[in-house]
Amino acid sequence: MDKPFAITLNPGSSLANHTGSWRTVRPIYVDRLPPCNATCPAGENIQGWLFHAESGDYEKAWRVLVENNPMPAIMGRVCYHPCEGACNRQHIDESVGINSVERFLGDEAIKRGWKFDRPTAQTGKRVLVVGAGPSGLSAAYHLARLGHAVEIHEAGPLAGGMMRFGIPKYRLPREVLDAEVGRILELGVVLRLDTKVANIAASMKAGAFDAAFLAVGAHIGKRAYIPAGDATKIVDAVSVLRSMEGEDKPLLGRRVVIYGGGNTAIDVARTAKRLGAAESIIVYRRTRDKMPAHDFEVEEALQEGVMVKWLSTIKQAGEGNITIEKMALDDKGFPQPTGEFETLEADSVVLALGQDVDLSLLDGVPGLEIKDGTVQVGANMMTGAPGIFAGGDMVPSERTVTVGVGHGKKAARHIDAWLAGSTYVAPPKHEIASFEHLNTWYYSEAPHTLRPVLNIIRRQSTFDEVLGGLDETNAQFEARRCLSCGNCFECDNCYGVCPDNAVIKLGPGKRFQFNYDYCKGCGMCIAECPCGAIKAVAEEI
Amino acid sequence: MSFQPVKFYQTGTFTVGNRLLAPEERSVQASTRRYNSLNSGHRACQGCGEALGARYAIDAAMEATHGQLIAANATGCLEVFSTPYPETSWQISWIHSLFGNAAAVATGIAAAMKVKGRKEVRVVAQGGDGGTTDIGFGCLSGMFERNDDVLYICYDNGGYMNTGIQRSSATPPAARTATTMAVGPEPGNPFGQGKFVPAIAMAHDIPYVATATVADLRDLEAKVRRAMELHGARYIHILVPCPLGWGTASGDTIKMARLAKETGVFPVFAAEQGVITNVLKIRKQQPVEEYLRPQKRYAHLFGKPLRVDVIARLQELADRNIRKYGLLDKEAA
Repeated sequence: MDKPFAITLNPGSSLANHTGSWRTVRPIYVDRLPPCNATCPAGENIQGWLFHAESGDYEKAWRVLVENNPMPAIMGRVCYHPCEGACNRQHIDESVGINSVERFLGDEAIKRGWKFDRPTAQTGKRVLVVGAGPSGLSAAYHLARLGHAVEIHEAGPLAGGMMRFGIPKYRLPREVLDAEVGRILELGVVLRLDTKVANIAASMKAGAFDAAFLAVGAHIGKRAYIPAGDATKIVDAVSVLRSMEGEDKPLLGRRVVIYGGGNTAIDVARTAKRLGAAESIIVYRRTRDKMPAHDFEVEEALQEGVMVKWLSTIKQAGEGNITIEKMALDDKGFPQPTGEFETLEADSVVLALGQDVDLSLLDGVPGLEIKDGTVQVGANMMTGAPGIFAGGDMVPSERTVTVGVGHGKKAARHIDAWLAGSTYVAPPKHEIASFEHLNTWYYSEAPHTLRPVLNIIRRQSTFDEVLGGLDETNAQFEARRCLSCGNCFECDNCYGVCPDNAVIKLGPGKRFQFNYDYCKGCGMCIAECPCGAIKAVAEEI
Repeated sequence: MSFQPVKFYQTGTFTVGNRLLAPEERSVQASTRRYNSLNSGHRACQGCGEALGARYAIDAAMEATHGQLIAANATGCLEVFSTPYPETSWQISWIHSLFGNAAAVATGIAAAMKVKGRKEVRVVAQGGDGGTTDIGFGCLSGMFERNDDVLYICYDNGGYMNTGIQRSSATPPAARTATTMAVGPEPGNPFGQGKFVPAIAMAHDIPYVATATVADLRDLEAKVRRAMELHGARYIHILVPCPLGWGTASGDTIKMARLAKETGVFPVFAAEQGVITNVLKIRKQQPVEEYLRPQKRYAHLFGKPLRVDVIARLQELADRNIRKYGLLDKEAA
């Protein structure tokens, strides 16, 4: 007994008191699905690659990105970025410029010459991909990375599909396209150009292919009957855009009328303007808010001097002019003729009324189902014929580059499983990290970074790229605007705000762990987690 | 500003840490090597603001003094929940004597250290608002006027919470406590009573007086660090919401402290030698109703009839703080 006067007990630590027994609610760390990821047609892990871009590790960011999409420099230019429309940051200030960071990463990869990881082993299986458009290239890439031998048969003289023969250069410079296609081919993918597959069964047999992925796209311009004299030049939009890639540019005249309201109509109108048309007029039967084209593209076209005749249809094409009829929207929003006519001067009329699929290669294949001119596929992207998969514009879809890329990835996974005699089951999706899960107090105010735009004179006369890219400093700034919805970004808030020191910090990249011996279940970590990566679950008592 | 805030790194300095900041720019609480002066296993209620505020403040003081710190503690929640003899949660040299004499005990320790030539050892006294603004006020004022080398930290939760929520001189107007019931024409704690001790401390012209909340960790740590750079009598008054006494959800403790600051109900500032040197500006101003409504101690204002008159008087007090301390800054983000 060498204790001080009046002291009979040794001092003890409160660690003996396991306050975790008080708990009725238990916090657990979760990963929720950020709305951007949930919306991406190509299934990109956007929050995941932004995380690495935030810390300046652009190569890691790019590698995470290309796990799902091999063409970020193209995506960063032509994707309509539905991710930004879903971004939670729009409720704070403005959406994160995901598309512009993606483009920066894609351009950086081209500049630095980053290459894809090669597959570790070959499976010995052979897959035929028909069509070198976004969907075919994406499928080829994913199949090659899974170790399959891939051959692409492309009917055209160059790879890219609609990315080359549909999207104008001012939106997608061809050097970027060539660089990203080239990198896919470096994986060992064999590309046969000018090789039209006339009969899929015969081609598969001849090349000893185990499976095929069809992605021939939709290249046949839809026609509409317009009573016309011989003198008026009526062409379709797809042919106009395709001929832009050749030596002989299309001759459209000084006054060009484009009939239709989709993105293709806008592309042709802007192309005509650049080819020197004094007047480039879109005739569309409904109103601007009903137009299928993206509004920012309409806006860019209007800036460049493209004109639009809303609520109008073409009745007749005469010599050097056309007759249009005014329309009015009925109660249900459908355009109805009014009987009012107007004459418009026009040297040529371009029809941009949508495209059909050339399905001739499927003749004689048993089990296929064709509906509304498209090939029907199951949830696994397989057609009715075993081993023949299809995707992109030739199956029912939204017909964008990104959707095509997504189809390619999805089909590749199912083809891989099918070749191994199994079925691919997608991992279960996490619940969505909605805005209510966030504690936005913690995010710094930071407005959206604007991309540089080419001056208007050059936009009207050249095919130079309209939208510029970000440089390293502002790309990183933009990446750091990401709220990291639903995924821990190691801000240490839970570790700091716990009144009971019941959070264990595991170190950089390893996140945190709860010490349930002492956690009283107060819920402070949940309330103060900025990104909603902690969830409360009831204790079983 | 008591510290240089970093903006635009995703969360800047708003969060406890931030992987995008250099380690020296992160808070003491973000470090795995923090002292955890108040350790796990203490018996504070779920979501206790005082337990959190005490760890924030004492860890920062320990960091600033390289662990050479002695704390004298007044009677109160903090003492009762941390140290039921012979068990303690404190991982520092710590003494408890009486309810009202913490400032005097600390003064004595500081004198003893001076006599022994232990210049590196610094002294902190701490207590709740009861032990500080009521019972220990004479000792505290004495410590101030003698300019004794002690940092006194008051954790203000607005009442005597562990004895059953009685009113103190820091209980805000209109709040219901066991001794100011929500009955009669003027329910709850009367208007025109109580005191704001930081202003009284400033009137002593002591080297340093500051207020802080558990919602602004970086500001709190910077103030403790600044206090430990100075010698003489120093006072930090920290608002620590009490889920039990305020009738708030245990997970909302930091949110309540944030709302107290954002509404202007609790001004956050620092003063040296009796002159205000910096003010933590309101970032996203809110009406007091946002702060009052989640608290059951104000439930009688939101029943039938809705006491718009009382809420308006509380708003007036907040607006007065905003004017008096200059809490709004159009350019502050």
